[in-house]
Amino acid sequence: MADVAVKLEEPSELVPPGEERAPFEIVPRAGVPIVAVLLVLLVVAIAGNWLWGLEFFHVAGGGLWTGIDLFVGLIVGPILGRMSIPSRIEFSIRFMPKMLIVMPTLVVMTLASGWQLARHLGNLSSAYPEHAWIVASFIVVGVMALIALGLLEPANLAVLFELRKPRPNGELIAKLMRRFVYTAGITGLMQVATLIIMTKLASS
Amino acid sequence: MSADPTSKATVVEEAEKTLPPVTEVAIASLALVIAGGIYLAAHAPHPTALIPAIVLATLAGALLLANAISLARIRSFAWTTFVLVGRWTLLVYIVIAGMLEYVFIRDHTPGSELALFTVMLVIFALNIPTLLAFSVARYQPPTSGD
Repeated sequence: MADVAVKLEEPSELVPPGEERAPFEIVPRAGVPIVAVLLVLLVVAIAGNWLWGLEFFHVAGGGLWTGIDLFVGLIVGPILGRMSIPSRIEFSIRFMPKMLIVMPTLVVMTLASGWQLARHLGNLSSAYPEHAWIVASFIVVGVMALIALGLLEPANLAVLFELRKPRPNGELIAKLMRRFVYTAGITGLMQVATLIIMTKLASS
Repeated sequence: MSADPTSKATVVEEAEKTLPPVTEVAIASLALVIAGGIYLAAHAPHPTALIPAIVLATLAGALLLANAISLARIRSFAWTTFVLVGRWTLLVYIVIAGMLEYVFIRDHTPGSELALFTVMLVIFALNIPTLLAFSVARYQPPTSGD
């Protein structure tokens, strides 16, 4: 696991006296129409049992989900952990709102299309020879969902709300970002298990 | 271990101590509902014993209810922020749970399994807004008048 030691700094270091941080959007509204279009296309693919569409959503969504988790957890997280708190804040107010809209969309795309695809191909049946691997993938996704929804996303959102305050609490931000970096690292490592399971299923 | 009572760290720790363990209970409820979902999904599409999933869903529902009671008993809290975050998150998770429910209905999931999946999705869709709204609101100043 990466070294994510966080130095505690006084709030006065976060916003220089007399300066106000420019307001930022917690949820980037520009991304909402894109999400809506993707969800409509996903429903169309499911409703029509459109195999190519299901494959596309599962492979593209899953690939991006896995890749982003690995990249954020194992590359961006440790870098973020070594940056000064003001630099980390500048990065976070641009990065975290985007993650807030990108990740849930990718997760829904991947899981809904994956379930339908597995059903379509007969992989859900307990008679399927690799059924144990399918169940293992459910467990990995379940644990990742628990970590992401229970720890990572709340920390992400709480940091963004704290950063909107005129005088953010540096100690709180450091604590929540430490949690974000650790949980992102854990989900990143768990994505390696997803890669092993999915490549095993695809090659069997 | 000694701590400066005026430090920001102490202020954060104190704020966390005075509130009930809503986050922990919501995570436990979420874990139970996910375990139930995995159990049902692992046996789909064939009929299976529903008792383990019913027990898990009941426990998850009881924890969700316990959380609602704990929340209702908090006096000084940032309710405006809680409602703001909770409302929008609930909308998002209604869409997500709705998508999953649609898939189950589309696949002609048998009635009893579908009912259980639906209950679990409702618990899931209520737990996450609670978790997110509480996690944000606990660090915000209490709403005036509370």
